[in-house]
Amino acid sequence: MTDPSIRQIAFYGKGGIGKSTTSQNTIAGLAEFGDRIMIVGCDPKADSTRLMLHSKAQTTVLHLAAERGAVEDVELEEVLLEGYKGVKCVESGGPEPGVGCAGRGIITAINFLEENGAYEDLDFVSYDVLGDVVCGGFAMPIREGKAQEIYIVTSGEMMAMYAANNIARGILKYAHSGGVRLGGLICNSRQCDRELELIETLAKRLNTQMIHFVPRDNIVQHAELRRMTVIEYAPESNQAQEYRSLARKIKDNTNLTVPTPITMDELEDLLVEFGILGDDSAVQHLIGKTAAEVAVV
Amino acid sequence: MTTTEPRPVAPVDVKSLIEEVLEPYPEKAKKKRAKHLNVYDHAKADCGVKSNVKSVPGSMTTRGCAYAGSKGVVWGPIKDMVHISHGPVGCGYYSWSGRRNYYIGTTGIDSYGTMQFTSDFQERDVVFGGDKKLTKLIEEVEELFPLNRGQSIQSECPIGLIGDDIEAVARKAAKEIGKTIVPVRCEGFRGVSQSLGHHIANDTIRDWVFPNSEKVAEEQNHQVGPYDVAIIGDYNIGGDAWSSRILLEEIGLRVVAQWSGDGTLNEMFLTPKVKLNLVHCYRSMNYIARHMEETYQIPWMEYNFFGPTQIAESLRTIAARFDATIQANAEAVIAKYEAQIKAVLDKFRPRLEGKTVALMVGGLRPRHVVPAFTDLGMQLIATGYEFGHNDDYKRTTHYIENGTLIYDDVSASEFEHFVKELNPDLVASGIKEKYVFQKMALPFRQMHSWDYSGPYHGYDGFAIFARDMDLALNSPTWSLIPTPWGKDKALAAAAH
Repeated sequence: MTDPSIRQIAFYGKGGIGKSTTSQNTIAGLAEFGDRIMIVGCDPKADSTRLMLHSKAQTTVLHLAAERGAVEDVELEEVLLEGYKGVKCVESGGPEPGVGCAGRGIITAINFLEENGAYEDLDFVSYDVLGDVVCGGFAMPIREGKAQEIYIVTSGEMMAMYAANNIARGILKYAHSGGVRLGGLICNSRQCDRELELIETLAKRLNTQMIHFVPRDNIVQHAELRRMTVIEYAPESNQAQEYRSLARKIKDNTNLTVPTPITMDELEDLLVEFGILGDDSAVQHLIGKTAAEVAVV
Repeated sequence: MTTTEPRPVAPVDVKSLIEEVLEPYPEKAKKKRAKHLNVYDHAKADCGVKSNVKSVPGSMTTRGCAYAGSKGVVWGPIKDMVHISHGPVGCGYYSWSGRRNYYIGTTGIDSYGTMQFTSDFQERDVVFGGDKKLTKLIEEVEELFPLNRGQSIQSECPIGLIGDDIEAVARKAAKEIGKTIVPVRCEGFRGVSQSLGHHIANDTIRDWVFPNSEKVAEEQNHQVGPYDVAIIGDYNIGGDAWSSRILLEEIGLRVVAQWSGDGTLNEMFLTPKVKLNLVHCYRSMNYIARHMEETYQIPWMEYNFFGPTQIAESLRTIAARFDATIQANAEAVIAKYEAQIKAVLDKFRPRLEGKTVALMVGGLRPRHVVPAFTDLGMQLIATGYEFGHNDDYKRTTHYIENGTLIYDDVSASEFEHFVKELNPDLVASGIKEKYVFQKMALPFRQMHSWDYSGPYHGYDGFAIFARDMDLALNSPTWSLIPTPWGKDKALAAAAH
């Protein structure tokens, strides 16, 4: 069991939604406040720490374990690197797509970190987890003694909201056994129609809050290309202020709840309500129709 | 064996005993288990029990897993192949030499039956996949044991969970080393017992061995004879297949293959050329017999070489499939062994007459060994299968008498309770049951491994069987272990 005084948070969300970018920028903000932080990347792609380390992808726990023969032959210093403002960075790594078991890899990597004393002298541990919670391995970071606060990165796009709701279901499952709570939704804007309102409503329905609305800004791409966070690349920019503000809200967040996931039907109703889908009859009319067919009608 | 008369009413009312045995179960478990226990009614076509379904959790079943069925039963005895337990070390290690499949050959040189090969999966192999390691292992086996005729890959659970492509590895390796490599998806979590493992193993013989049969037969210039047969489903426990084979050869048949006790890959290749498949263990190998019937038009028949009555009947039925010469030979062979059998019966039957037996074995013996007991004057009062299917229970009716207690996938507590109340003279079951009943001071014989004895098949086997049952039942051991309350009496008796 790790030190209970460490706040352990995790970022979940649909693949491609911007979890790694959002989490690293937020961590950079926390680091500016002087917090001692460790990032644990839980994605075989190992891209959760690149903005901190200005590297393509750091050597992962599992890659080195595979090379050496066993995880026991790996030393913590070899895989735990220091990045921007002393943030400790580690990546679990995992198999190439299509072979082995990435879920088991995350379990192995986290056990390794625990056994080797990585969870010491820290204020925050942040887990960046791959897309959906597809199996037990990807739920490892939210089990007992691990992340107690989950932040779901989402947008106003239907599939992102769908994934957010699914993640809420996973959290609910572990809320009673491990005590994990939902800290809020982070809206990483895709500039969809009525996005702010929509995510605020979704948050309410899930019994949580929209903790911050991160506007879309090209400066994020510019920073990414330089393998930097916006906070480091352009500390005075508006976007850097947004991430600082998100970091502050997370640091001060006390609104931790057991989520109330909704059904697929309720989610669709929500979209109808916000005019993204038409009303029932309009929906019936549209389902299964190609664009060309709809145009004819 | 079937008698029309019902046997005398047992002192125990078996129907109410079943109720009593079910009593301690929670409601749901009771409802489920009730369907697996019954009293055989000779008016019915089967034994009136449900079978081949998932065991009730917590009931302490004796069943094994699909890996056990494939690696332990079907593939393991093929002696000139290396059978790789693919996965973490435990499955291979703890099943190492678990069955007494005797074989002739030089272990480590041209035979590998009692050796254990494993890919010894580590965390790394689970996370990154074990295909590369498997390829390397196959190459190493080839280098270290060049006289091997092929290899089989026996999948343990993690292989199925992580989705390793063992078929691709097998195809590639077979091409590279020019030998048969058989990938078997017998992950232990599949199915409800070892029975599915038998089926999966049979299917891999169909898919990975038989396609090359024609080619192999041609290369070897294999001459087909009119009396070619294969023994299917005899695992040569303690030499069973050998004591069966000599009888078949004595009546003039040519035994081309033994499946799979003391068997070889080459025998498997040549089996599609035989005239008749003789099936002993129907449960584990009916699948391949049916396949050969459909694909190569080879008829098959079941036979029973336990006890002289069934041996004679089986020899006659087998001979009836051939010409008058074979039929005359069969009569001559039966006559030839008459004196030997008479001597065995004269010696042991008086010592065993009227003794009762409760059986619980795997998929064949709960019915097949009954006639051997009957020949010795013993009476079966209860029987059941670990992993039999309904077709086994149908076949069982041929061997048992009205009123016999039937238990399917019997749990530890049920079996103990039944035996306590029915008080048979002998319990005949497996190693997991043995010590429980011996502690109840009951004579016990292992019916999977023949208690390190055997063979029990054939006329020679019957002599050993009779001796072993006598040893168990008439051993003074039990009266020499006094209970604290009967100590004086027992010691006094022993002094006489």
